[in-house]
Amino acid sequence: MSEMPRRVEITTPVEVTVDGRTITAQDGELLIDACERNGTYIPRFCYHPRMEPVGMCRMCLVEVDSGRGPALQPSCMIPVTDGMTVETANERVAKVQDGIIEYLLINHPLDCPVCDKGGECPLQDQTMAYGPGESRFVEEKRHYEKPIRISETVLLDRERCILCDRCTRFAKEVAGEPLIHFINRGASTEVNTFPDHPFASYFSGNTVQICPVGALTAEPYRFKARPWDLEEVESTCTDCSVGCRITVQSSRNQVIRHQGVDADPVNWSWLCDRGRYGYEAADSSERLTEPLLRDGDELREGRWAEAMGRTVEALRAADPRAVAVIGGSRLTNESAYAWAKLAKGVIGTDHTDAQLGDGLPAEVVLGLPGATIDEVCTPGSTILYLGPDPKEELPVFYLRLKHAVDRDRSRIVEVSPVATGLTRHAAASLRPRPGELATVVVALVTGEVPSGGAGGVDEDALRAASELVRAAGDSLKVVIGRQNLAESAGTTVDAALAVRDAVPGARFLTALRRGNVRGALEAGLAPGMLPGGDTLESGRDRWTDAWGFVPAERGLDTAGILSAAAEGRIDVLVLLGADPLVDFPDRSLARRGVAGARTVIALDRFPTESALAADVVLPVAGHAELDGTHTNFEGRVSVLRRKVTPPGTARSDWMIAAELALRLGGDLGVAESHTELWEELVATSPVHAGLTTAVLEDPANADGLLLDLDRSGAPQVEPTQVPRGDAYSLRLVVHRVLYDRGASLQRTDHATRLVDEGALHLGTADAKQLGIETGARVTVSSSSGSLSAPAVVDAGVPRGTALLRHNLPGVDAGVLVGADQAVCDVRVEVG
Amino acid sequence: MSARPDPKPSAANPTAPGVPAIVSSRFGVEGAHTLDGYRSSGSYPGYESLRAALEMSPAEVGATVKDATVLGRGGAGFPAGVKWGFCPEGVWPRYLVINGDESEPGTYKDRLLMERDPHQLIEGCLIAAYAIGVAQVFLYVRGEMAHAQERIAAALNEAYEAGLVGRNILGTDFSVDIVLHWGAGAYIVGEETALIESLEGNRGMPRLKPPFFPAAKGLYMAPTVVNNVETISNLPWLLHHGVDAYRAVGTESSPGTRLVAVSGHVNNPGVFEIPQGVTTFRDLFESDLYCRGIRNGHELKMFIPGGGSAPWLFPEHVDLPLEAKVVGGEGSMLGSGAIIVMDETTDAVKACLRLTRFFARESCGKCTPCREGTSWAEKILQRILDGNGRPSDLDLLLDVGDNISPGPYPVASDASQGLEAVPYPPRQTTICALGPSSVAPMTSAIRRFRDEFEAKIVRRDPIPVRSEPIVEGSTLTPVDHAAPEAAGHV
Repeated sequence: MSEMPRRVEITTPVEVTVDGRTITAQDGELLIDACERNGTYIPRFCYHPRMEPVGMCRMCLVEVDSGRGPALQPSCMIPVTDGMTVETANERVAKVQDGIIEYLLINHPLDCPVCDKGGECPLQDQTMAYGPGESRFVEEKRHYEKPIRISETVLLDRERCILCDRCTRFAKEVAGEPLIHFINRGASTEVNTFPDHPFASYFSGNTVQICPVGALTAEPYRFKARPWDLEEVESTCTDCSVGCRITVQSSRNQVIRHQGVDADPVNWSWLCDRGRYGYEAADSSERLTEPLLRDGDELREGRWAEAMGRTVEALRAADPRAVAVIGGSRLTNESAYAWAKLAKGVIGTDHTDAQLGDGLPAEVVLGLPGATIDEVCTPGSTILYLGPDPKEELPVFYLRLKHAVDRDRSRIVEVSPVATGLTRHAAASLRPRPGELATVVVALVTGEVPSGGAGGVDEDALRAASELVRAAGDSLKVVIGRQNLAESAGTTVDAALAVRDAVPGARFLTALRRGNVRGALEAGLAPGMLPGGDTLESGRDRWTDAWGFVPAERGLDTAGILSAAAEGRIDVLVLLGADPLVDFPDRSLARRGVAGARTVIALDRFPTESALAADVVLPVAGHAELDGTHTNFEGRVSVLRRKVTPPGTARSDWMIAAELALRLGGDLGVAESHTELWEELVATSPVHAGLTTAVLEDPANADGLLLDLDRSGAPQVEPTQVPRGDAYSLRLVVHRVLYDRGASLQRTDHATRLVDEGALHLGTADAKQLGIETGARVTVSSSSGSLSAPAVVDAGVPRGTALLRHNLPGVDAGVLVGADQAVCDVRVEVG
Repeated sequence: MSARPDPKPSAANPTAPGVPAIVSSRFGVEGAHTLDGYRSSGSYPGYESLRAALEMSPAEVGATVKDATVLGRGGAGFPAGVKWGFCPEGVWPRYLVINGDESEPGTYKDRLLMERDPHQLIEGCLIAAYAIGVAQVFLYVRGEMAHAQERIAAALNEAYEAGLVGRNILGTDFSVDIVLHWGAGAYIVGEETALIESLEGNRGMPRLKPPFFPAAKGLYMAPTVVNNVETISNLPWLLHHGVDAYRAVGTESSPGTRLVAVSGHVNNPGVFEIPQGVTTFRDLFESDLYCRGIRNGHELKMFIPGGGSAPWLFPEHVDLPLEAKVVGGEGSMLGSGAIIVMDETTDAVKACLRLTRFFARESCGKCTPCREGTSWAEKILQRILDGNGRPSDLDLLLDVGDNISPGPYPVASDASQGLEAVPYPPRQTTICALGPSSVAPMTSAIRRFRDEFEAKIVRRDPIPVRSEPIVEGSTLTPVDHAAPEAAGHV
């Protein structure tokens, strides 16, 4: 098994004799780990270092003598004590191991030749290493229907199951979704779901990875390869910004599996299913392999020379102040830096924004003192959670938060307009009216609670939560993010700055969702920003030295760029893996903006809605198709590796930037490879200092290294003015879910089946008042537009609020949202 | 309330001359299960012991129980007073859990205590709760015992109404709630940590000790005392009559009486209250007071002294006293006081299969050796009985047992074979004792009655021949392993 023993810091060393050899271990650590760290591997099936031991399989029994004579004990449950003597391989232990293997194989079908696990199977391996070699069992094995589907992606073969409790423990303990369990008794014990309740968990794929036999298999990988045919590299998942470490496994130049790697500061070996199976989209038949060029109403395939020619022509003809670049969070750090340098240093425009109006201003993200996941989840921490639903947007971060609460006594005060996946783990969960987050947060951190409450939260709840928050003092950790796409980012900024002002020691983790959004911002792909968190003012000298040119004036953000484009003021709009027509919260503005730009150049892997509206579409390499580095939402830089070749003539984004620069008469300074770009960034940006390629490549730093997070300088901004709501309207919340109509997900077979239909969620009281029951058809209208949707009565939505999920089929929340408005009030009518 | 009559109203069996009926005094009394009946019958006045206890300090009550050496009657025989002292000081809340999940094959004494004298149990609970300092008692009653559940529920209602349970009991500041919990019918839940899991709403599977010693980390991870029904039912009599009267019965190391439930081939099976440590099995089987001899003049072949989990004893062991240490030294155990008597008409192989099958079906499925080993053993035994045994099967059975309970397994001495006893308890590769218990019938039967097994193994190493095709619709002829030449390998 690929699991590593639990990490331990030896503070109270004890001496233990293992097979006659004295080893030093930490007092109280588990014997199985102490032995493994010191070179004695004890076989096991049920023990997993990231879950509570259960001592179920009995394979790890060893003879332990703690002074009362030797006795067989499960080493996964025995803490080491000083002077303990352990025999791991004597005759009695070997006899037990023989017995366990023989027992496990009694009912195991031995269909290894057709089993996905064969070749990487702990049961197979340990049977070879420890078993008696032959079985004395001549009776009939137990039989079950095989395999049964327990979720969209996971299949269960109960005959192969050895009942180790790993998957069931994972579901209960780690994911908090005990949807699979043991049923029946004795040799008829089996793992199964409850009737009519599939194992519908965002984390179900982890059970496949930790299954010690081939009982759980994943649909996307079944019968695709044998383990010995696989090649692998270690890399980082870029599907969201958590940056889980993974191994990318391929066979015949095709990625066919991602496995989680136990990166201690990040993902602890877990992955969400979206990340685990995200590679599937790369092989989609819709993948762009050749450049596309517009001929009238048609896009036709063309050659790179022609496509680049047209692009250069358009750029040359354009006023630099009429060139804009939207996107960049899908790119590697190097590509993002190349594009930032091309836009700001060569072309000379500051209209760049890696975020699509769904994030937070870069000055704030990069100007607040940063906290890591480990710091947020440190035992006993107090976490003020002002971010989006972590289960939907940053799933593995949710697992870390859940662990912190369940096992490490951390306490979360959640302030969110609607209930989230985190709510049940929160010590307090407050529901401000949309737009009034800052009012509530000010009361929380100052303790000045107005009588009658604030922002829609009642006084007692606010007072109790405030005590929790203030008890933490300067150790407070704050998670901020964009909770509501129908509300301006300003309200979150106001709240974050209020915390900073009231609690000087507080540290912030910015929970932005998109893959490498942090890396793109740190590379300078934001209006008014230069790489390394410098603003145009603070970094002007430094970056003028490095680049030769820096724009004079602050440019526009995505909303500004789209508005300008809509007014015909943008000549060239470059979309760096961005699909504003789908992702920008205000649908109308996105349409007018993309249509109004004179020339649209899209760099993408897929013919997205926006790419199909472009004049030139350049196919680019995606995850696992190029080398580079990635920065996760903490500011942790890790290495991305290429495993397969990009399809067709697709190229890396940085190569395109470098070539454009040359043809525009500039030079990005790349002669051979992307590392030159990184080295330039590291050499120039103080926050990147020291993170050279050589350092990042050191295997000891495989988990990634942090940028300098001791930031300050988030500017004081004018508080966002939120209009009062009227009694007839509901205030809209638009939030994101893990499975939506995203470009990659739409091209992943099973993921399309996991996408819910869109619906309007209403609180119980409002639904009653309007006479609406779940399933009723309603018309929702705002000042921007209206739509029709089925209604869902949802107890997690407070009175006065209505909830839509972003980018689901059937309901396009974007038509209601106005990018220029602080909040979005809607009327709901039956029919 | 159930109008169902007691299945055997005359269940009252007399105790030996001079021996008080400590727990069974109301077994034969009509209506003793009601509050009025409890107060007006029996060997002590109902709920007066509670009143006396509440006038003492909790520590004094604890000391009384400790001084009297009230041994646990669930099987392990550990002194209750000492067990109570294992709760860590100053850790609250703590819980008292009464184990009424009596499921050991052959045991039915707690059932009578719960059906016939529920108030005695409730009063015992209250006394124990007062001594230990708990405010919440859980009475876990086996799922199948519907009658006991109804009786206890009715008694609890009466007791609550009379102010004997609940807030400010008998006008004091002592308050305690007793919750009746119905099991779902799993043998393993008789094991205390599995019972706690079940009580918490989980699947009943044992927890590993350490770290989950109930006294430290029990129900809801709080300190928990788990006591047997009979143990707790001793307390009212003890509090009324005092330590000296209690210790006057039985022996120095095993004072008081205990209930034994005798079943099988005797003329008068039933539950008897006998003084601990002095009565011999011969007394029990033959005395007119108790079993009145082996059934219809047959001869004793073997008996199980402590429920299905206990290794078997044989006619030469009938003069052993019912004393835990003596029986343990002789390779068996008294356990929960379930004695199963078998005469010479019993087929040892079938008896062995019957017991093994029980353990195979009741294994909770947690530990590999127990889950797989017990069902494998059942299959081998069934195969032998089906006429498909192989000579090697007997050693295989013993080795299957050895992989559940490694090393010499407890077994009685056998002078005829010149074999010495291996004392109790067995070693185990499993978390709880269910696995090793399943080995007892196999080891006992094969060691003593090897000839009976061998008689059933008529053919040489046959493997069962399937009469139907291996795969439906297949034309493959099943291979007859009994004739290796035919299969093409010699």
